[in-house]
Amino acid sequence: MEEYFASGHTACAGCGMPITVRHALNVLGKDVIVVNATSCLEIVSSAYPRSAWGVPYIHSLFENSGAIAAGAVASLRVQGNDHTKVVVFAGDGSTYDIGFGVLSGMLERNDDVLYICYDNEAYMNTGNQRSGSTPFGAATTTSPAGKVNHGKMQWKKPIAEIIAAHQIPYVATASIGYMADFESKVRKAKDMKGARFILTLAPCVTGWNYDSSKTIELAKLAVDTGLWMLYEIEDGKFKLSLRPQQFKPVADYLKMQARFKHLSEEQIKTIQEHMNKAWAEMK
Amino acid sequence: MKLAIANPRTSKENKTGDWRSFKPIVHTENCIKCGTCASYCPEGCISGVDKKNIQEREFPKIDYDYCKGCGICANECPKKTIEMVQEEK
Ligand SMILES: Cc1ncc(C[n+]2csc(CCOP(=O)(O)OP(=O)(O)O)c2C)c(N)n1
Ligand code: SF4
Ligand code: SF4
Ligand SMILES: [Mg+2]
Repeated sequence: MEEYFASGHTACAGCGMPITVRHALNVLGKDVIVVNATSCLEIVSSAYPRSAWGVPYIHSLFENSGAIAAGAVASLRVQGNDHTKVVVFAGDGSTYDIGFGVLSGMLERNDDVLYICYDNEAYMNTGNQRSGSTPFGAATTTSPAGKVNHGKMQWKKPIAEIIAAHQIPYVATASIGYMADFESKVRKAKDMKGARFILTLAPCVTGWNYDSSKTIELAKLAVDTGLWMLYEIEDGKFKLSLRPQQFKPVADYLKMQARFKHLSEEQIKTIQEHMNKAWAEMK
Repeated sequence: MKLAIANPRTSKENKTGDWRSFKPIVHTENCIKCGTCASYCPEGCISGVDKKNIQEREFPKIDYDYCKGCGICANECPKKTIEMVQEEK
């Protein structure tokens, strides 16, 4: 099989991000241009003079991948190229926070771009600072657990819903623990026109602090506990991709990761109840 | 003019296998060639099981030049037929 993201990249052992990128590119094929916001992905794949990429690759700033992608696709189309796909890979820090204004512009103009966020729930490349995506209770270097605070004190920003409010053709959430579902969403988005957005949970061994063999297990468990919902919003129509038959307790997921190790039973209960409420509103 | 552009897939010069402290060994006698290990490997360094048709597949082959020893393949193998063995110096 032809490789579009090669071995020899320097992501930590067990990282979820290269799994995300490799599978997305296998579905998308070689007729793509990748735009990649500053992040772990950029660092591990493109340290000069080497590159892991087997497709054209542009490294953008942390904050402007949406604009770079919009420009790339505009220039392709004006040259009469109506087939090459422009794909963004960006982290959660870039997507939820720092690049959000620019991304919002890209969505509002409905630029013909597929934007894939690999969500590892913090600014990992710079050493694990909290982002808008960091979940409630998670300890990071800027939301430490101590006497007063028990990790991040705010809930996760509902980015997929905020993006869907731009009324773009396609929004989906995914997890690398449900690979067939992720791949089918990429496949569907590939052949659509306009702005498409896929948010993919991609665990980070170092920041979440768990055994490196558990990346896929955790990415599954996030879904099976109900903490990470899989859905699509296509032309404004919401469709759940999966409803766990029997929800596993959120504690199963939280207790596997040292970023949550300080949480009391009471705080775990708060998270469980918040999750239950979100599903109760889902009917 | 000389452009400072890296060539495709030159990351393969980085032999990340020397990061490894545990080595995955596939015990092929129980392997059903499902390809789960290869699919989830973050390094993309397991080959042999990518053909669509299972009959045409070989047993998984791990490229130890790149395997970082994360253990995902062993954890996800449905037959539990990959063993992580400590590397020796
Ligand atoms: C404007 C600006 N601020 C800060 C940085 C430093 N910086 C580089 S990558 C990064 C974190 C990226 O986080 P995320 O988007 O979540 O990707 P991850 O590294 O977690 O994969 C930061 C803060 C930067 N490059 N540019
Ligand atoms: S996951 Fe296990 S059974 Fe499946 S191909 Fe790999 S070694 Fe064989
Ligand atoms: S241990 Fe990790 S890097 Fe090595 S072959 Fe298995 S999944 Fe790939
Ligand atoms: Mg991140």
